[in-house]
Amino acid sequence: MLNNRRLRMTNYKLPLALLVALAVSLVLAATVFAQDGLPTDDEVNKIAKDLYCPVCESTPLDVCPTEACRQWRELIRQQLAEGKSEEEIKQYFVTQYGARVLSEPPNRLASYLVPALAFLAGAFLLFRGFRMWIKPVAVEPASPTEEAASVIPPDDYIRRMEEELKKRK
Amino acid sequence: MIADFGYGVLVVAFLVALYSVIAAVYGELKKQPALVESARRAMLLTWPLLTLTAGVLLYLLVNDHYEVQFVYEVTSRSMPLYLKITAWWGGQAGSLLFWSWLMSAFTSLVTLRKWDRDREFLPWVIVVGGVTMAFFIGMNVFFENPFAKLYQTFDGNIAAYTLQPANSILFTPSDGRGLNPLLRHPGMIIHPPMLYLGFVSFVIPYAFAIAALITGRTDDRWIRITRRWALWAWLFLSAGLVLGGRWAYDVLGWGGYWGWDPVEIAAFMPWLSGTAFLHSVMIQEKRGMFKHWNMLLIILTYDLVIFGTFLTRSGVLSSVHSFAQSAIGPLFFAFIGVTLITSVGLIIYRWEMLKSETQMTSMLSREALFLLNNLLFMGILVVCFWGVIYPLISELTTGQKVTVGPPFYERATSPLFAALMLLMGIAPLSAWGHSTVKTLGRAIWKPALGAAIVTAILAFTYTRNIIALIGFFLVALVILVTLYEYGRGALARQRSQGENIFIAFWNLTGRNRRRYGGYIIHLSMMLMAIGILGIELFQVETQGTIAIGDTLELSGYTIKYREVASWDNPGAGVNYTRAVVEVYDKNGNLLGNLHPRKDFYFDSQQPMTIPGQLASLKDEVYVLLIDWEPINQESTTFKIFVNPLVNWLWMGSLLFLVGIIIAAWPDKDPERVTVRAGKRAHQTSAAD
Repeated sequence: MLNNRRLRMTNYKLPLALLVALAVSLVLAATVFAQDGLPTDDEVNKIAKDLYCPVCESTPLDVCPTEACRQWRELIRQQLAEGKSEEEIKQYFVTQYGARVLSEPPNRLASYLVPALAFLAGAFLLFRGFRMWIKPVAVEPASPTEEAASVIPPDDYIRRMEEELKKRK
Repeated sequence: MIADFGYGVLVVAFLVALYSVIAAVYGELKKQPALVESARRAMLLTWPLLTLTAGVLLYLLVNDHYEVQFVYEVTSRSMPLYLKITAWWGGQAGSLLFWSWLMSAFTSLVTLRKWDRDREFLPWVIVVGGVTMAFFIGMNVFFENPFAKLYQTFDGNIAAYTLQPANSILFTPSDGRGLNPLLRHPGMIIHPPMLYLGFVSFVIPYAFAIAALITGRTDDRWIRITRRWALWAWLFLSAGLVLGGRWAYDVLGWGGYWGWDPVEIAAFMPWLSGTAFLHSVMIQEKRGMFKHWNMLLIILTYDLVIFGTFLTRSGVLSSVHSFAQSAIGPLFFAFIGVTLITSVGLIIYRWEMLKSETQMTSMLSREALFLLNNLLFMGILVVCFWGVIYPLISELTTGQKVTVGPPFYERATSPLFAALMLLMGIAPLSAWGHSTVKTLGRAIWKPALGAAIVTAILAFTYTRNIIALIGFFLVALVILVTLYEYGRGALARQRSQGENIFIAFWNLTGRNRRRYGGYIIHLSMMLMAIGILGIELFQVETQGTIAIGDTLELSGYTIKYREVASWDNPGAGVNYTRAVVEVYDKNGNLLGNLHPRKDFYFDSQQPMTIPGQLASLKDEVYVLLIDWEPINQESTTFKIFVNPLVNWLWMGSLLFLVGIIIAAWPDKDPERVTVRAGKRAHQTSAAD
């Protein structure tokens, strides 16, 4: 049984390998063929900037020094040469490797909504707090004692400056 | 043998830290001062014990003891002595020990202070320091033993063990794997200690806050004691962040200084809450308000410090699953949970005692604007926190891994940063207690007009980019307001004391370090903002493969490729490849030669890209050597960035550190100052 499965896998692997080899040689041939009109590094990097390979975390594809990322960049160049648009190329990588290759989560609403709501909630609480804190002073006319209490102690430095001024006199 | 000794001392340090906690609690509850004193001495003992442990580890690192797994992983024979020493914090186990060692230094320092006027805090400060330290030493003792040795068992497997397994022999590799080359840069050598210093020193204000909550002495005594600690903590954390940015710019070879990497954000989050704390404690000192909030902020900062260490140390960032597999991840998580719940529980328990002493009277008063500042800092913090945990949530809930990269953070935080800048322009002009639109308007119209003029000039001469112009307007506003405030103070002194204006500036700063240190920090932030606006909005780049004698052009600069050479340095275990390129301006004048490099480290099999940089105030030409043909040298790939205004960022960073040092510099003993002032008053009256 086990042997059988292994056999089947080998059977399956061989044509796949051939297919890959064929594809690679075709790609290479195409590269040679299209040598003149090959997209520039800048065009490649412009797209690679927004992509992340699954291995090199936090390093955008355009600056990642690893061999694997170099191959990805060549793949982008290839697809550009084939006339694919930026969106199509990005979509290709997403289909192949998942949404994590993009620099932002595809569901923008979910990623922005939570911090925005949290911030608005904070702002709401703060302003409600302001109104609550300030009201009593605004409504009740301050009695003499309260007025005395609400005199704000001056800043240290102003106090010191005034002291010094007095000394001069 | 010596490694076992190191481990033994580490275990003793762990037990001593635990003892100090138990003795402090028991001694305080049973009213036995001798026991509390014993706890204090135990706390003092942890530092020599951990120093001894660290000494053993350093001995092993320096003397190539590769049978010790940690030494094998972070050093190699070709590394120079100083790198073998700094390899101490180049790996997981060592950096945890480094954390504990710094922590013990700080707790020892704090237990040595004079406790006459606040003896009641002492046992609880020991408890918080001791618990934190025991937790970190425990990580080393139970999970990440830096002294674990490699043993080969009879079936041929080699693994690290604390105790020798049966039927095994010690395995000593002939050489180590060597430190990650990225960590061999001078910036990276100082950056982690700075960050860790910042992390551990924020534990001290937290310890006092908890002591204040437990003892019920909830006046602002704890804030006054820990003010300088918090400022120094902030200094170290800021220096760590700035150095990290500079390191990234010089070593990572992507032409930037900050990539919104979760590891960076891990250190940035406690900085955000710490900055909010430094501002809001002033409200409590001046007006006796918002005591709950200050407590919450310092608790948040403490737990973000632990969370930051957890993020960088547990592997949670690469995947939720690697987190579940790591032994220390869940423990960190539990520790954060327990400390957070306990601390917040204490605030709720003391809720009534923390009521404000005065009332808010105006929405434009200084205290109200400080609260707005806190809201904005918290907003940025929420964005950062959400960005870091969003991939984890996504992986847990939908199984889909996502990346949250710079575009998210930039879009979400830039309006908040802009609002902070606006606030930085307004708040220094508002008064404590009461300000109105009228008083503020009267103070601000001149600087605002000045800023508008500056912006108009820039619009005609430099850029029409609307975001940049808004940014530059805010920068100009803050700088003018700050200088205006500074100038007013100095002029007043000049008039009253008859001092030369420069002396007046100097004395003004000396007399109120926190205020004017703060203003210098605001100014430095604006210099940094200029650099950030420049590089974020106007950075251009190009990449091309050229032969010797060929040129690349970018943004008015021409880069001419002269030569490339490659050679080995067997002593250092590195291969260097260095290109020489000439930089010309648009009139064809030679500006200088640059030497972009690619270093390849044999032991770790990793390359490192060192840019060639031509810096000026206007911009910086930043050339990277990407790829070359070793044989014919005919096709070499360069990447060139022109980073406008980026050097303002570095100047700002330096000024920033100067500003914090001014603010944090210890004041003269208040009593001695009064005596001297008295004497001076006496002399003046005698002279009259």
